[in-house]
Amino acid sequence: MGEEDYYLELCERPVHFEKANPVNCVFFDEANKQVFAVRSGGATGVVVKGPDDRNPISFRMEDKGEVKCIKFSLENKILAVQRTSKTVVLPEKRNLKLLKSQNINVNWYMYCPESAVILLSTTVLGNVLQPFYFRAGTMSKLPKFEIELPAAPKSTKLSLSERDIAMATIYGQLYVLFLRHHSRTSNSTGAEVVLYHLPREGACKKTHILKLNRTGKFALNVVDNLVVVHHQDTETSVIFDIKLRGEFDGTITLHHPVLPARSIQPYQIPVAGPAPVTSQSPIPCKLYSSSWIVFQPDIIISASQGYLWNLQVKLQPIVNLLPDKGRLMDFLLQRRECKTVVLSVCSQMLTESDRATLPVIATVFDKLNQEYKKYLDAEQSYTLALEAGQSRSGPFLRRPARTQAVVDQSDMYTHVLSAFAEKKEMPQKFMIAVLMEYIRSLNQFQITVQHYLHELVIKTLVQHNLFYTLHQFLQYHVLSDSKPLACLLLSLESFYPPAHQLSLDMLKRLSTANDEIVEVLLSKHQVLAALRFIRGIGGHDNISARKFLDAAKQTEDHMLFYTIFRFFEQRNQRLRGNPSFTPGEHCEEHVAFFKQVFGDQALMRPTTF
Amino acid sequence: MAAAAAGAGAGAAQEKQFPPALLSFFIYNPRFGPREGEEENKILFYYPNEVEKNEKIRNVGLCEAIVQFTRTFSPSKPAKSLHTQKNRQFFNEPEENFWMVMVVRNPIIEKQSKDGKPVVEYQEEELLDKVYSSVLQQCYSMYKLFNGTFLRAMEDGGVKLLKERLEKFFHRYLQTLHLQSCDLLDIFGGISFFPLDKMTYLKIQSFINRMEESLSIVKYTAFLYNDQLIWSGLEQDDMRILYKYLTTSLFPRHIEPELAGRDSPIRAEMPGNLQHYGRFLTGPLNLNDPEAKCRFPKIFVNTDDTYEALHLIVYKAMSAAVCFMIDASIQPTLDFCRRLDSIVGPQLTVLASDICEQFNINKRISGSEKEPQFKFIYFNHMNLAEKSTIHMRKTPSVSLTSVHPDLMKILGDINSDFTRVDEDEEIIVKAMSDYWVVGKKSDQRELYVILNQKNANLIEVNEEVKKLCATQFNNIFFLD
Repeated sequence: MGEEDYYLELCERPVHFEKANPVNCVFFDEANKQVFAVRSGGATGVVVKGPDDRNPISFRMEDKGEVKCIKFSLENKILAVQRTSKTVVLPEKRNLKLLKSQNINVNWYMYCPESAVILLSTTVLGNVLQPFYFRAGTMSKLPKFEIELPAAPKSTKLSLSERDIAMATIYGQLYVLFLRHHSRTSNSTGAEVVLYHLPREGACKKTHILKLNRTGKFALNVVDNLVVVHHQDTETSVIFDIKLRGEFDGTITLHHPVLPARSIQPYQIPVAGPAPVTSQSPIPCKLYSSSWIVFQPDIIISASQGYLWNLQVKLQPIVNLLPDKGRLMDFLLQRRECKTVVLSVCSQMLTESDRATLPVIATVFDKLNQEYKKYLDAEQSYTLALEAGQSRSGPFLRRPARTQAVVDQSDMYTHVLSAFAEKKEMPQKFMIAVLMEYIRSLNQFQITVQHYLHELVIKTLVQHNLFYTLHQFLQYHVLSDSKPLACLLLSLESFYPPAHQLSLDMLKRLSTANDEIVEVLLSKHQVLAALRFIRGIGGHDNISARKFLDAAKQTEDHMLFYTIFRFFEQRNQRLRGNPSFTPGEHCEEHVAFFKQVFGDQALMRPTTF
Repeated sequence: MAAAAAGAGAGAAQEKQFPPALLSFFIYNPRFGPREGEEENKILFYYPNEVEKNEKIRNVGLCEAIVQFTRTFSPSKPAKSLHTQKNRQFFNEPEENFWMVMVVRNPIIEKQSKDGKPVVEYQEEELLDKVYSSVLQQCYSMYKLFNGTFLRAMEDGGVKLLKERLEKFFHRYLQTLHLQSCDLLDIFGGISFFPLDKMTYLKIQSFINRMEESLSIVKYTAFLYNDQLIWSGLEQDDMRILYKYLTTSLFPRHIEPELAGRDSPIRAEMPGNLQHYGRFLTGPLNLNDPEAKCRFPKIFVNTDDTYEALHLIVYKAMSAAVCFMIDASIQPTLDFCRRLDSIVGPQLTVLASDICEQFNINKRISGSEKEPQFKFIYFNHMNLAEKSTIHMRKTPSVSLTSVHPDLMKILGDINSDFTRVDEDEEIIVKAMSDYWVVGKKSDQRELYVILNQKNANLIEVNEEVKKLCATQFNNIFFLD
């Protein structure tokens, strides 16, 4: 199996602690994610290590007998030690206050620190679960619910073990995960994980079933909103994504593993000691060992080896394991660190050797732009809300988080499309089709297409001499109007004369580019047209006479010069009551020229009253 | 051709009018019979064929002489037409030394003289040179579309093959000329584009790209809706003549079966076939028939350059028609046609109804449902876009205009004036009756407006045209 095939791995820098042995007891606190190594009941030392703090806490305490459980309070302020089943000792004197009490017969309990929910197993069979929710010093009782057992239990003994229950937050929602083992009486093909959605309000509901299709010993983790199920017999794991489409029967969705089962990537235990000194090669770590203990959400502890790992998902190998690109995108876009991989998938599907079909490419673009649009919308309503209530902007107004799933036009342009359009070996039809498909997708989600994408389309078309195609795109306004685009078109005029008209039309539609229109017309010696245009929009009182007279003179058409000259004389007359030019207009040269050609008497006379 | 008297304007009951008619049409090459006694060899095609040989030779000789003579005055632009009392001759040299000549009889008014004898009066000034020169050029373009160049036929099979091709093509084509209803639109040879919003247009693009990908032998595609063009993969000049063929010949021939079969979903009986309305306008009529012939018209494009021969597959679903063009060296099989039908049919059906829906929405928004108040013709030389509210419907036999032929002639005259100068200009004509005719030329665009306003003066007419430009053409640069 090549390394590129493993999609699960243990984190590179695990928490290392003294392994469990008869004199060293190891405890794990799920709330703080701390490992406690207690030597000789604490007399020779307690070492506490968390996943984030690289500086372990060490202390000693009196050996008062076997420690059953040891934990810190939040922020390591208070230490609590349990030595018998009914007493908890706080090494410093503290007052405890009973806030609330409930009388329930409890078989076992489970606490989920992330969601502050405790689950109590009640009734004889143990399958009625009573959740409580803690918040700000209060405890609220949530509706209890029953876990459906695989088969009618024969006896009245406890039938639901805490080993088969886990609690985890998946996509922001709290779920109770029940590992339902294969029962011979039912005709199920293997064990399954049943997900019960436990909302803050309302009843708990069975929502998802994850089909494992195998039997034996399992353990669960939740990583990056994926449910990971480890199978000890085969030493492999599978992952499930409840957001991916499954078989929905109206109430429950049935899911199969996203990918074929694979082992966690082989892991080498680094040999202790400074690197240059040790000549020994690292020791391979035994994976899926029976001494492994799994905690939620993503923790694997090997007490016998003294390691705590976080389980991680590797995205790159999945690209080749999931051939359905649409499903692959659905999967990737839900992952925390997906951007690089998403962009690489886009690039890959556009390479000559790995080319995807246009419908597939369209699907991928649509999925990307759906996420992109969601973010733009959130951003916009945030801005609107901010503007609307600047003074009373409450604490609830939060800027929407830009996750890695937001792949915008600039990302696509920089990392995928510009390189793609450069490829010489790519058939031009495919190239244009892909660019148009991306623009189509952006438009479909009503996202304003950026100028650089239009420019890329134009450059690609021009490179392949597809001027008529370009013309048709512009005719249907596929490439949105803008000044830079109009200027780009102007520059194409020498290769493709109609570009001139296209450019002028665009400038006209922009309605903010009247000066540019005049410049274009003057540069084409269409002096009269320029003047008529500016008069048509009522701007002829503010134009520079000199500019027009210069242009008229250049045409060497004396009648044209006369007409233009006369126009400005009339303007002068109308504005100032005198047809002559003021020195500020710098038209002396033109007046002289006029006199030379048409004679002094041709000058307009001031109207006398 | 039926000598139907055009009733319009016939004041006296005794007056009879005869529209212009084709007298003769011939193609010759002076190089093929330069010596005396071999003149007959010059003639490649002659209509009507019944004309006696010597008269054919004489007529060809006369044309040759006129062209040669006028060449002395203008070496690069010899005479294009010859006016006589009874007829007008048009000359065109589409390929070097290959001449096409069309002789059109002037319209006639037959009056009863006082003694009861009919007096024939030829209307010498009625025909517009540019209109009929354009018709002649179109004859060549249409020939070339289906047969390739004259030169290529010569290379492939000598004069014999060329003569066969000319005979086969023009024998039928000349019957469809309908010279009495030619007008300004023939000069433009424009393309009517279907107005569409950006998103629907992009969907069509996407559809075309996908089809070209799935049917990899397709080289070019064109897409039309309601006989109006939306997309052309062919270059402009080739599309122009193909468009002419589609809209004046192929589509009209298929209107009636379409209306008849409207209510019955086509091929619902075919197992495993999604219901769709797609069908071939060229090629196999019935895909279930194993003997069905998959023969498609052959067309020639880019003849100045790469010279490509293509099979023309025209496939239609509701109002949407797609032309798929594939290399002529590949013979499409029945399997291919079935595959095309199964891929294109369902998608095109959906797309056609999308377009229809979107079009109706846009129409409602823009309020253009109302009958246009202005009668106008617009043409843009750059993209060949043409728009006319004067022509009601262009059928193969007749182009129905809503205005009097006299006004159409004024439009033609204005167009001729525009051709003479490069600059933008505007011409306003007060016609007989209460009509005003306005022609505007701005850069590469031409606009002709006909206004019927009693007692309107020049300024008011000018204002009206400005209003039209502001409403109909506000998104283009059009000088006022």
